[in-house]
Order: sequence, then structure tokens, then C-alpha cells
Amino acid sequence: MMTAPADQTAPLLEIEDLSVAFRTERGLVRAVDGANLTLRAGETLALVGESGSGKSVTALSILGLLGDNARVERGRILFEGEDLLRLDRRALRGIRGHRISMIFQEPMSSLNPVLTIGRQVAEPIRLHQGRSWPEALDQAAELLARVAIPDPRERLAQYPHHFSGGMRQRVMIAMALACQPRLIIADEPTTALDVTVQAQILELLKTLTRETGAALLLITHDLGVVARYAERVAVMYAGRIVESASARALYGTPRHPYTEGLMASVPSLTGEPRARLLTISGQPPDLADLPPGCAFAPRCPHVHELCRGTVPALQPATGTSDRDHRSACHGYP
Amino acid sequence: MRAFLIRRLLALVPTLLFASLIVFGAMRLIPGDVIDLMMAQNDVSTTHDRAAIEAALGLDAPVHVQYVRWLGGALTGDLGRSLWQNTPVASQLAATLPITFELGLLALLVSISVALPIGIYSAIRQDTAGDYAARSFSLIMLAVPSFWIGTLVMVFPSVWWRWSPPLEYTPFFTDPLTNLRHMLVPAIILGLAISAVTMRMTRTMMLEVMRQDYIRTARAKGLSERVVVLVHALRNGLIPVVTLIGLQAPLLIGGAVILEQIFVVPGMGLLLLEAVFQRDYPVISGVFLVTGVGILLINLLVDLTYGWLDPRVRHR
Repeated sequence: MMTAPADQTAPLLEIEDLSVAFRTERGLVRAVDGANLTLRAGETLALVGESGSGKSVTALSILGLLGDNARVERGRILFEGEDLLRLDRRALRGIRGHRISMIFQEPMSSLNPVLTIGRQVAEPIRLHQGRSWPEALDQAAELLARVAIPDPRERLAQYPHHFSGGMRQRVMIAMALACQPRLIIADEPTTALDVTVQAQILELLKTLTRETGAALLLITHDLGVVARYAERVAVMYAGRIVESASARALYGTPRHPYTEGLMASVPSLTGEPRARLLTISGQPPDLADLPPGCAFAPRCPHVHELCRGTVPALQPATGTSDRDHRSACHGYP
Repeated sequence: MRAFLIRRLLALVPTLLFASLIVFGAMRLIPGDVIDLMMAQNDVSTTHDRAAIEAALGLDAPVHVQYVRWLGGALTGDLGRSLWQNTPVASQLAATLPITFELGLLALLVSISVALPIGIYSAIRQDTAGDYAARSFSLIMLAVPSFWIGTLVMVFPSVWWRWSPPLEYTPFFTDPLTNLRHMLVPAIILGLAISAVTMRMTRTMMLEVMRQDYIRTARAKGLSERVVVLVHALRNGLIPVVTLIGLQAPLLIGGAVILEQIFVVPGMGLLLLEAVFQRDYPVISGVFLVTGVGILLINLLVDLTYGWLDPRVRHR
């Protein structure tokens, strides 16, 4: 896969030291704890981790879409130099669906069942570009054509239940592209789809983001997807970024035992047949009851004393081809 | 769509037939009979007179024959004559039905315009003081019978402020303002009584809908909270609420019977009440036939609205 040239000037999106906590019956649970992420214009960054690692919460906090029980404790989310966490509701609404748009995991439930597809796709165009309904619907038809939905004109008047899961995700992509955003956040966009449809949707997303020059924050737990579609990768574990690097460097020289474990647990077609599939021993940690040191320590094969007492910081890694390669591990200095 | 309508209208026939059978039978089971009442009033008591009156009113035939006679008349639009006034039941209904319809419609409007805004407010401000106030209000409305409130409204203002609600009926088309002044008090009492359940249902459904993924999608587009709630959420939340409103139609009619009595509204409720007291069988049958048709039509209307609100059940 060819990579788009990354803009070397100021980053498009910079998340600095973001912490998000949820009030729950069991007390305050910190779902994201001091996360740092940088995304340049036109770049595709994959945010990888198990369920509950905080990747979706990170994504939702960018657009301020967290629920009422969530609170951003500290940190900054700079988008084109502007801190999204400091914006008032109105200003944030001006960015949502306009300069940053989002695609969700569940195409079956992410579209409103009682509104026409045309209306739902045209809505952001009308809202952010001040078009009339007929103009916005014309554009919506063009967008449906771009995401390869046949008979787009006729489809405008139909409802979500007339569409299959893959087609609905195409509609979601059309909606996300409507105002030519600078950044598209895709939160596990293919997890709910058939395997054959998954590849089509990701190809489409990749092609369209390249054509429009939008950056893509791709949230996934699928390392196969990462290798094919992302230029940079950030690995999340228990609310913290544990490693970030270019996709090439991460696969070639992983610098965190969790990343190594993740890669070893991907089944391979080229490897020895009937080889035992490796798994990471133990369970993902309970966010309400994290160990004092490195959250991965209880499951880590290379754990030593330091790991159990001190949280490792995300630092430049050595022995790698990528000079921006960072990892948070006492064992890989 | 037309086939659906025709099918639904045809389905009304067996339902109405069955309902009329029950009403006809049940009336004859009420203790006391119209002849006794008439003879007591007119001070005649010979068996000869009794037979003559029965024959004159057509009550000498067996009940099933009376039923078939009545049904035959009803099919041709003749609902018989009142046993007491000897006026055609149809013309009595024609005079009273519009009045009760107006009262019911006003009550429904009051109910919806109270229940929907408060229900929505209560849902989007869940667990705030406003929400608690709204929910307490609806609980009170649910618990307090409307005839009691009706009586209070009649009695207390006249004691405290020497004011009582107007009790003189003026037809709407003669003087709309005077008419509304009279009808509004019972309509508000009746409307508030049924608004409680609607409000609770609206609140529950809005809470449910606001948690859905498509609401997050709507917010992610940058839509204002007003559009998210009123366009994206409300229409989904209304689907069960509309069903509920349809099911409340019998409550409206039942409530009208009582409130028409208290506020002296010469509607169908008052007609029915008098007819029951006097065992005026043709009038009772006529009123029930009309309310039966009304309730069934309201249910049909609800089903049509349902299809309009929810494209998934739209009839082809």
C-alpha cells in the first residue's frame, strides 16, 4: 500500500496528557490516563488496543461526545492549534461533522430508523454549508455515488432498514465526508461487518481520505487492518499509550512486551501449520483497581521489581528505524 | 394503502356486532325495568296497562327478537325511539355527539400539550429538581379522581371568591368564546387526568431513545440539542406514546360522562347517564354503538399515524 506524503509542518491533532474518568457505582474509573497522540494532516493513525483499553473514550472525547457520567480530568486536545476541550458548546458544534467527523462501530444502530437516508446525509451539508434542502440533497446523491451505492437518487428517499450493514456503513462514510472534513475518526468501522465487506469498507475509506486529503484516526483491535491501512500506530493498554511508532517500525521492532504479545497472537497463514496460537496470559486489568506500577506488569513475561512500583513514562525507544518511535516500558530503555 | 383501509374498515363490522350483542344483553341484566319505572311515575298499576305499554314499546317480544329488530333498524340508520321522550335516538345522538366530541377533543389537546413538553423536559433533565417536580405532578394527577377535582373546582372558588365556573351551554357556532369558557374547565380537568400516563410514557421513551447510537451520530454531525431532541429523538419516542393516546380514548369518553354531569354539559355522557337511570334501552344501545364506532375509528387513526411515524411498519 502506498503511503500518502505526511505534512511535516504543525500537527493537525495533538492530544496531550488526556485523562478521562467515569463515575460508576464502584467509584471513579479512569478510562484514559495521560494519553498523548499526534496526528499530521493527511495521515492515517491506528489506535490499537483490546476492548476497555480506552481507545473509544479517547476518540469520543475529541468531539466532546462522552456521556454525562464522564469527565475530562486534565489534558488538552489541540485541533489546528485550538484546544477543543476549552471550546463552548456552540463552537464545538461548528466543528462536529464539519472539520472533524466520525464513523461509528454499529452501522445497524447508528442511523436514525425514522428519517430518510437523504435527509441524514444532507443534514450536515445544510447545517455547516448553509445550503437549501434541494441543494444539500443533490450533494447527498453525489456522495452516495462516491461511496459506490447504486441508484443514489432513488436511495435518498429510502430508510435505513432498506440497507444492509455494509451499505449502511457506506452511508455513514458518505455522511462523514459530506463537509470535506480535515479529520475523520473511525471507531472500529468494520467490527460489526462480514469479513468480505470489511476489506471493501476499509479500502473505500482509505481511497476517499487520500482523495480528500483528510487525516484518519482509525480505531481498531485488528492488527491485520493496522498493517494494511495505517502509517502510524499507537498501542493503548489500560487507558495509557504504551507504544507509538510508524507501522513499519512497530511490526519490525516492537519495543513493548504487550505489542509483542499482540503480534504473536495473530494467526499466520505463512507460519508452520497447526502451530499453537500464542495468547497473552492473564486478563486485561480492572480499571477500577489498577496495580500501582505498570498496568501490564501482572501479565508481562519480562517483569521485574521496578515495573511493580513505578509507572513507566512514554519515552523515545532505541534500536528502531523510526526516530519518533516511543514506548513506555522499563525493560526497553 | 387503500386496500389496507378497506380491510380495516371491514374488520370493524364483526367487532361492532359482538359489542352490540354484549351491550344489548348486559342492559337487560340491570335490575329494575323500564315498565316498572313508567308505571310508578304515572301511577298506573294494573296488569292490563302493563301489557299494553310493553306492546306499545315493542318490549313484549323475546329479547333476541328485539335484538334482531334493533339491528335491522341500525343497519338502515334507524336506531329506534327513546322509550320516554318518543324522539328518534338518532336525532338525540346528532344533538349530543358533537358536544361530547368537542369536550373529548379539547381534553385530548390539553393532555398532549401538557404531557409532551413536560415528558420531554423531564427526560432531558433527568434527576433534576424539575424532573422530580414533573413526576410528582403526574403521580398526583394519576392518583386523584377527576370527579373529585371537578367537585372541588365547583365548590371552593364559589366559597372563597364567589366565583364558579360557567354552567350554561352555548353551541360553539353560536358563540365560540362563551362555549369555550364553559367547556374549558371540564376539558382541562379531564385532560390533566389522562396526561399523567402520557407524560410518564413520553419521559420513559425519550430516556430510552436518547441513549441510542443514532442520537450520538446526530450530535457528531454538529446538530443543536434542540434538533437532536425534537427531530431525531422525538419521532422515535412518539411511536409508543401515540398507541397509548389511542388506548386512552375510552377513558376520555368515560371521564366525559362524569364531568358532563358535574358541569352540566348537555353531551352524550349526560344523555347516557339519564338513559341508564331510566332504563331507556334504545338510547343506551345507540350511545354505545356510536362510542364503539368512535373508539374503533380512533384505533384505526392510531395505526395510520404509527405507519406515518415509523417507516418500518408503513403499509404498502
